[in-house]
Amino acid sequence: MSLADPATLRTRVEETGLLWGLVGLVALLSLLPIGRLVVEGLAPGGQLSATALGKVMASPATWTATWNSLTTAIAGTILATLIGGTVALLATLTDIRARNAFTFCFVLPLMIAPQVTALAWLQLFGPSSTLLKLIGMAPPLGSRNPLYSREGIILLLGLQYAPLVFLTLRAGLRALPKELIEAGLAAGASPLTVLRTVVLPLMTPPLVAGIALCFVSSLGNFGIPAFLGIPGNFLVLPTLIYQRLAGLGPGVLSEVAILSLLIGIIAMAGILLQDLMLRRRDFRITTTSSAARPFELGRWRRPVEIGLWAFAILVLAMPFLGLLSTSLIPAFGVPLNAKTATLANYAYVLFEHAASKRAFINSFLMSAGAATLIVLICVPLGYFIVWKKSRALRLLNLAAELPYAMPGVVLAIAAILLFLKPLPVLNVSLYNTIWIIVFAYLARFLVLGLRPVISGYLQIDRTLEEAAQIAGAGLPRRLVTIIFPLVAPAAVAGALLVFLTAFNELTVSALLWSSGAETLGVVVFSFEQGGDSTYASALAAITVVVTVGLMASTTLFAQKLPQGVLPWRD
Amino acid sequence: MARLTIDRAQKRFGSYLALDDVSIAVEDGEFLAVLGPSGCGKTTLLRQIAGFDKLDGGRISIGDRLVSSAQSHIPPEHRKLGIVFQSYALWPHMTVAENVAYGLTVAGVRDPERSKRVAAALDLVGLNGFAERRPGLLSGGQRQRVALARCLVTEPSLVLLDEPLANLDVHLRASMEEEFSRFHERTGTTMVYITHDQAEAMALADRIAVMDRGRLLQLATPSLLYREPANVTVAGFIGEGMVLPATILSAPQAGRCKVSVLGVEAVVRCRPDQAVTGQAKLCLRARDIGIAGAGQDGLPATVERLSYQGGFFRMEARPASNQDIVLHLDAAEPAPAQAGEAIRIAISDGWIIPESVSLDKAA
Repeated sequence: MSLADPATLRTRVEETGLLWGLVGLVALLSLLPIGRLVVEGLAPGGQLSATALGKVMASPATWTATWNSLTTAIAGTILATLIGGTVALLATLTDIRARNAFTFCFVLPLMIAPQVTALAWLQLFGPSSTLLKLIGMAPPLGSRNPLYSREGIILLLGLQYAPLVFLTLRAGLRALPKELIEAGLAAGASPLTVLRTVVLPLMTPPLVAGIALCFVSSLGNFGIPAFLGIPGNFLVLPTLIYQRLAGLGPGVLSEVAILSLLIGIIAMAGILLQDLMLRRRDFRITTTSSAARPFELGRWRRPVEIGLWAFAILVLAMPFLGLLSTSLIPAFGVPLNAKTATLANYAYVLFEHAASKRAFINSFLMSAGAATLIVLICVPLGYFIVWKKSRALRLLNLAAELPYAMPGVVLAIAAILLFLKPLPVLNVSLYNTIWIIVFAYLARFLVLGLRPVISGYLQIDRTLEEAAQIAGAGLPRRLVTIIFPLVAPAAVAGALLVFLTAFNELTVSALLWSSGAETLGVVVFSFEQGGDSTYASALAAITVVVTVGLMASTTLFAQKLPQGVLPWRD
Repeated sequence: MARLTIDRAQKRFGSYLALDDVSIAVEDGEFLAVLGPSGCGKTTLLRQIAGFDKLDGGRISIGDRLVSSAQSHIPPEHRKLGIVFQSYALWPHMTVAENVAYGLTVAGVRDPERSKRVAAALDLVGLNGFAERRPGLLSGGQRQRVALARCLVTEPSLVLLDEPLANLDVHLRASMEEEFSRFHERTGTTMVYITHDQAEAMALADRIAVMDRGRLLQLATPSLLYREPANVTVAGFIGEGMVLPATILSAPQAGRCKVSVLGVEAVVRCRPDQAVTGQAKLCLRARDIGIAGAGQDGLPATVERLSYQGGFFRMEARPASNQDIVLHLDAAEPAPAQAGEAIRIAISDGWIIPESVSLDKAA
């Protein structure tokens, strides 16, 4: 290297400084926690020992929970695939009306917290169901709520994650060139034959990807088995970890670390299996033309529309009505009528209960803070990944997927291991503060913010940045004045996804919360565990309204968004 | 204003040589066009001059300052040059005035000096009423003018233009061409103009660099390029030259020599040091040949096709002595012959392509 002039030197220092700062940050958020967990699995408490491992392996609870996890995740995935796949085919390939509204409604359960879904369904059935009492159909007192069972968990996992299969399959169907369908029809095949012989075979990759995603999500789900399984002592791996940790404290950390590695390994196996299935055949699609003309359903259109909407209403409106009706009664078991209806539960959770009030502020600030920080990280990160084609960051881009692909408890345990002792040098402890949750949010949801930003970059003409560079603007100035405004819509979409997901999550904070650092998910969970279903329902109803409101607000800037960054936008 | 010196520039993309030993010295205040088909390396060259990519070999200097070599690289933001992009690259989130003012703001120029210079630049391109508009609401020609104003407001010593007219319709092109050359006259800035359109290059440039497959084929004034192509590729590319095998019969005298081509004799231009050889190549243009008058010597040929060009016909004919060759010539209205008829073609001028030009590796 010859000597450069000072200005050139400064530019070089700024660019490499920013790049390595980002590399360090992403490594800190993704590789460090997972690495720490693996170390704990190999050498519990810092010493190479197999005692903890032996203890976990010898415990029958481990294998019961593993079996339960596998059966519920697999059966839930099958249910989700059947529902999501059928709906995706009908809603994408046929000429049904009001497609946008339907997509919004069908994807909604995905955005609602699993524990809220679980709570809502519990309110719908069972002997104390306010809604069933209203129509005099409640089961007799003393009988068991049918949802407190393996089947109940499977049903709700299937309903919760059907939109995942729907979304990946729909994205694939949209990329399918219309010529392939038209060529089949022109050759004399009926629409159903074309579907069977052309469309479905080509849709293997998105379908398999959707199934894998669904399996990993079901496996890592905490809210549904926590609400439906714990009361009947039906434990899966995440709830087993929760119970051990909540009951016995950090002393069993090495054991739960091994349990969380076990979930991690099962999740990885699912992802690898997907890879293996897709490698066997060539699914590449060669042309890129406009989407296919929808199949006309003719006289079947009305019945199909009615069927789809009836299903959407059944899985969306009914449980929410259950939730709402429970939130309006003065005490659990009291029938709902004009005399008994009250808003007292709302007043209590909003203004009286200290932890619940704190949880609103905590959840709001932590979600908003995580969303803001993630956008601030993702905009320069996307710049280096997409435009500078930095190899180090491309690898880290994959690493950033890891904390999100892994079940939430895995990351939560990793965060506890990292922060249980005070930070070296600084001597500050993050454990038992909101900061450990913020760290976990940043690590887990980084990729949710990054994906929209990357697709935003891919759609921007880079000469816009080059023009600013020629005008003399250095990278920091270009980022602020040119690049950020251009990727802003995609970044906002990413921030919103992060916010909504964090606002509704329970998996991570159930293990990381402490007094004073409660999240909304934690408070709903403890209300329900304490038997206060009315308060839990009121709080859950509020989160649903906030979530749906924010989702609907995206219509305001929908035109500026790259296609496909928000799952609920068509 | 600055000289631009490109010295044996090399750029590789994998195993592909996108720039192969390209050397060009652009004079202070010169208007240079870089001409070539797509994929010839002209855009790669522009990106090297601008500093968007790093050189693999050779050097580029602006004025006395070395800006690019395999060892050192000054980033684009410190090169103090201007670019007009093919896509205009106007920032959609800023008004026209903000777009134009950006370079000044970056350079630390403040109001009122800044707004004065922005107004002057917009005035110069005839857009003074448009300062507060968004670029999205402007027509293609107006956007091009904004891009030009933005590029020139900082008074760069070197301006690069990347196919600036490619996205405009034919009528606008003529007026923008005029605008570019007025600008060049007024500012005296060194300009490098990348284009694939030879008419544009001929009309605007002081000199033209013709490129193909990463190599510089010829660097000359438009007239010299047209009249005296250095090699077969340039001869074929510029002005639809026809290249025919010829035998030189006499040593050059006053820049001309006698040749035999397709069995007839003609006197054509050549280099003063042209060797007498049986393996020469003759470049003919449509206007160099015509239908022989009565009693004039000529090459027997058959008319194959006539196409009307407005005021004259473009005639394609095959010589009787070599059926593989198609000659094209202009014929005045009314058509002197129809398709299938026999004619005789007279050769009034032509150019012997210098045979041993080192650059001409491709031929």
